[in-house]
Amino acid sequence: MITWSKDRAEAAQRILGSYPERRSAVMPLLYVAMAEYGYVSEQAMRDVAELTGLTPVQVSSVASFYTMYKREEVGRYLVSVCTSVSCHLLGGDDVLHAVEAETGVPHGETGPDGTFSVEHVECIGACGGAPAVQVNYELIEGVTPEKAVELCQWLNATEPDPLLGDEMQALFGGQRSFDWGPSESTGSKGPVPAFGPYSTAGTDRLAGP
Amino acid sequence: MKILTSRMDAHPSDSHTISRYLATGGYRSLKKALSMEPADIIAEVKASNLRGRGGAGFPCGVKWGFLADVHPRYLVVNGDESEPGTFKDRQLLERDPHQLLEGVIISSHALGVNHAFIYIRGEYPKPARRVQQALADAYASGYVGRNILGSGFDLDITVHLGAGAYICGEETALLNSLEGRRGEPRLKPPFPAVEGLYGKPTIVNNVETLSNMPWIVENGGAAYAAIGPEGSSGTRLFSLSGHVRRPGNHEIVMGMTFGELIEDLGGGIRDGRAIKAFIPGGASAPWFTADHLDVPVTIDDVAKAGSMLGSGAIVVMDETTDVVKAALSVVSFFAHESCGQCTPCREGTTWLENMLRRLTVGQGRAVDLDLLLDVSDNISPGLAWPPRQTTICPLGPSAVSPVLSILTHFRDEVEALVTTGVSS
Repeated sequence: MITWSKDRAEAAQRILGSYPERRSAVMPLLYVAMAEYGYVSEQAMRDVAELTGLTPVQVSSVASFYTMYKREEVGRYLVSVCTSVSCHLLGGDDVLHAVEAETGVPHGETGPDGTFSVEHVECIGACGGAPAVQVNYELIEGVTPEKAVELCQWLNATEPDPLLGDEMQALFGGQRSFDWGPSESTGSKGPVPAFGPYSTAGTDRLAGP
Repeated sequence: MKILTSRMDAHPSDSHTISRYLATGGYRSLKKALSMEPADIIAEVKASNLRGRGGAGFPCGVKWGFLADVHPRYLVVNGDESEPGTFKDRQLLERDPHQLLEGVIISSHALGVNHAFIYIRGEYPKPARRVQQALADAYASGYVGRNILGSGFDLDITVHLGAGAYICGEETALLNSLEGRRGEPRLKPPFPAVEGLYGKPTIVNNVETLSNMPWIVENGGAAYAAIGPEGSSGTRLFSLSGHVRRPGNHEIVMGMTFGELIEDLGGGIRDGRAIKAFIPGGASAPWFTADHLDVPVTIDDVAKAGSMLGSGAIVVMDETTDVVKAALSVVSFFAHESCGQCTPCREGTTWLENMLRRLTVGQGRAVDLDLLLDVSDNISPGLAWPPRQTTICPLGPSAVSPVLSILTHFRDEVEALVTTGVSS
């Protein structure tokens, strides 16, 4: 029995209708379930199994393969620091250490008060603006260790909701990979990629299939 | 000459919107394409000599020619850009999504496809939002959906997000992922053009590859083939990063040297330092040194010089770089991203990572240099270029590239770590 919010239940049906085979909806539905429960819980996997006609074990085999499906509770702000080669060359490791020291949360863990989860991640496609950081998958480029500390303090103090990438870039970023163009008013509502059809965030203008 | 980035350069404030796209000639090529026979569009793409921009550099028209005569068939856009150093598709998705969509619609018409998928890596929610909005606007304007512009051609497009797995950039892993499975590469043959998504004929093309289609249809394949040197036709978007003064994406006609690209477009090395090494085509590519700065930036010249142009990502390291730590960063990436199916890759990449880490923390042993080569040889027999592989896909051999690079070009620095026990 699925008890998702009405918006998410409707999103699930739209997603199922976007593919020739139901199984293809597993990945987007895992995101919707994560938005519902905060992480991919056992119940989340049973829900997705019910919707797609798979067994919970099949859903689990998919969820466990991809790093963005978090199978334990995640903090309100998931801070991901890139340490792949271009970021490594320009100090990504120092940025990671600064974030770990400021939040008191080591890589791969969530703080006891549930505010922060911290992880180092592999290349996030922001090499021209290295070192790069994402918070709830919203990007900030050209981050120094000092600015990373300020970012964490700002998140803690102001609890922004939604979290806007352009705002974080303006406050804590530097060199960018390219001109981002106009700023956006769509942002993240939690540690799930803010993509309208999955997260139901920022879908106001969307129409389509 | 610019094809891919001219709109975003001229109209930075709204190049992603349908109004700007239409005001700058957008969807004109689609109208032309819909009046053409599919076979004639395929002939133009073949004539363009466009080679895939995802990494392998396979001729696009030839790939299209392999599509089996079975329906339904699918077109899948590979927007899983994850090769360290690469951020060009992100810019194309974010700043000119309609250019890609028009390319997808034209290509779908040419290939007899009625359902296309755009697979975008999960860490790119903003590019995905831009594409989804562009798609909604294209549906509302009749460029996607039923009976497109009265032509009788139907097309649906679905945007699909990945979830943090580099290996899904490999096309058969991507198809498994799109089917709702673990992103593990498939044994080939059969190739996707024969048995791809849901076992049906499928073409998988990179974002940049398909973004060229509106220009090719408008100007003709011969005009595209005439740009740049033979074998590297057209313009190409290069991602420049590392210790350069001006990192960023640069769309260029291929043929200039790496030295010119780094100096003229990248502004040279930061702080007036000298270059030590550079990766010419993404983390999978063997490294070049200052001796290679006069190699022309073309697919074939880079291959001849012992590396690959790959995804078009150039990562520059200056003279202060600790190359063992840099290699460790690249090897750790591949160890983390190995899907685990094949033993040489799953075990080998982890052992390479462990040994390099041991060296950087002063616990390296003299025997480790030979052991690094031995493990590398188990992943990629003969340590040849282009690499041979004992694995389903090329990820394992990719992890060998940085190891061989430092042992070939900077062996004294690796040996010094064993003697002194400290990394500089």
